[in-house]
Amino acid sequence: MNPLDITGSLAIVGYGLGAIGPGIGVGLIFASVIQGTARQPEARGAMMGTAWIGFAVCEALAIIGIALAFVFSG
Amino acid sequence: MSGLLLSLVPMEGFVAPGPQSFDAAGEPIFPGVPGLEWLSKFMLQAIVSLVLIVVFWLVMSRKNALVPSRSQFVGEYAYMFVRNSIARDSIGHDFKRFVPFLLALFSFLLLNNLWGVFPLTLMPTAAHVSWAYGLAALVWVTYNVVGIIKHGPLGYLKHTVLPAGVPWFMWPLIIPLEFLSNIIVRPVTLALRLFANMFAGHLLVLVFVAGGEYLLLHSEPIINKIAGGASLIFSMAIFGLEIFVQALQAFIFTVLTAVYISSAAAEEH
Repeated sequence: MNPLDITGSLAIVGYGLGAIGPGIGVGLIFASVIQGTARQPEARGAMMGTAWIGFAVCEALAIIGIALAFVFSG
Repeated sequence: MSGLLLSLVPMEGFVAPGPQSFDAAGEPIFPGVPGLEWLSKFMLQAIVSLVLIVVFWLVMSRKNALVPSRSQFVGEYAYMFVRNSIARDSIGHDFKRFVPFLLALFSFLLLNNLWGVFPLTLMPTAAHVSWAYGLAALVWVTYNVVGIIKHGPLGYLKHTVLPAGVPWFMWPLIIPLEFLSNIIVRPVTLALRLFANMFAGHLLVLVFVAGGEYLLLHSEPIINKIAGGASLIFSMAIFGLEIFVQALQAFIFTVLTAVYISSAAAEEH
């Protein structure tokens, strides 16, 4: 066996790489929510509403990643 | 020492949860009956949810005391939530036409997602991708038709692919991108977001419960049994997460529908 062979499931590696972006994205969303709440506490409700919408849109990419990991591995 | 290392050996005999875990819900419930091949668990959940939703909203729209009782308050709260937070804030002044559609979408999605944590079913309906595709196709037809009625077919196409204020030399770049993004990608991501959240969430629950059960009952080392017990206890927290994700996904689907409708029917600036 060639010592430089990479074996195993590429779908797992692909999913892992694909989860980096949404992780950073969700962190950025809630970081700005926290900062905005610190600057102006009375705007918290409106910011949290937008934050959840942005969170779901960003999380969609990570979740599509895990669903497609099954598609590409099977 | 070798006993401790032995507990790190991967588990034989454990069938990892995967897409095959969802096949049983797609089988007909009554295999022998000739006219009922379409009645799988998914279809049964959808039909039951349809009946429940229709009955709920009919009852809610009937008893209209001016000072609401507790049960009337629940229905009014749900209706005002969709009407104000979703329809009015996203669509603007023309929102009343779309409230029935958005209300039906939100109710259907919420109930069908919650079948994933209901003890008798434990399978979100949208874990079968065709439900997500069907609902997204309905939304796609709706916002395109709204745009075409408002702007005319060519006007709607121009309105969709050319945002205001784009200089003419950017058009060859912007037009294919916007067409792809607004007409092709939007329903696909809408459907896939819903489907993948339900699919992955159900898989997560299965991993914790099936893995915990295997570790607890079918493996020898005591550390595995403790880990299995902890996994089973933690799966309760995962159920809580699933309830939250399912409600959030129903809300997000409806909000994005409202946003797409409003952007299709938007006035020129």
